[in-house]
Amino acid sequence: MLILNCPYCSVDAEETELTPGGEAHLKRFGPGSSDADFEGYLFQRENPKGVHFERWRHANGCGKWFHAARCTVTLEVFGTYSAQTTEPPKNLQKTISKKRPGWSWREFS
Amino acid sequence: MSNLISQANAPFEGYVTVSADAPMGMLTLRGDLSSKPFITALKKSVSTDLPSACQITHDEKMSVAWMSPDELLILTPYDQVAGLQAKLQKALGKKHFLLADVSDARVSFTVSGDKVREVIAKLAPVDLAPDHFAPGMFRRTRFGQISAAFWLLSETEARVICFRSVAEFMFNQLSAAARPGSEVDLWS
Ligand SMILES: [Zn+2]
Repeated sequence: MLILNCPYCSVDAEETELTPGGEAHLKRFGPGSSDADFEGYLFQRENPKGVHFERWRHANGCGKWFHAARCTVTLEVFGTYSAQTTEPPKNLQKTISKKRPGWSWREFS
Repeated sequence: MSNLISQANAPFEGYVTVSADAPMGMLTLRGDLSSKPFITALKKSVSTDLPSACQITHDEKMSVAWMSPDELLILTPYDQVAGLQAKLQKALGKKHFLLADVSDARVSFTVSGDKVREVIAKLAPVDLAPDHFAPGMFRRTRFGQISAAFWLLSETEARVICFRSVAEFMFNQLSAAARPGSEVDLWS
């Protein structure tokens, strides 16, 4: 069972209070983009064993979307952060580096 | 309209009492709660202190609950909601906001008795230990499968609100959780 701290209301929300929103920081490719970019946007997803970044929504709560970084193996939560960003905060990346030296996820490491 | 849960329904007398409340006036207000001019305008019509995150404030006239960083729920007697709405509308003027009378969208229940904390804890994934949840706090969560919110009025009385469309489900599950013989004696 996952417990994520919602960065908007600071509630420690248990998994059943949340709705998963899939992979974090996807860049949308829409009309006018190349087929490869559009395919990547629609279908290509990370499937890491270890550090992962996701979107979650505090659905049965304040209703806000946010981001979470966690380990898919141990379910350790490294942190949660605002939805209004296109990449994980630097200090969170540092925290993860301390706990999982050598980690990488998409262009981040 | 069939089987509307209302004050007319007899309360359920379990090891706590579950009863449906009289209709309550409710206003949803959305806007930039971090903006000083917005707050100043708001304070002209709202008599209570404004709640901080996950809190609810009360006075004789109204309660104000923190719903999210940009949303408040204002509770008043049912017959005063239109007046307050007009007042707020005027006070906020041309600021960017949304104000809606949602009185009929939700129902409110009162759960009362010594073990009100544990009855709620049976249904909601919230830590209700006395040192974690206290009167003055307001929590949006789920009760069973449905979204709801609750707050404690005292150590022996809680108020639960949910959408009217699931009122009967809420009444039934609160009653089931309060069934005599199902006491857990968590915090007593
Ligand atoms: Zn939240």
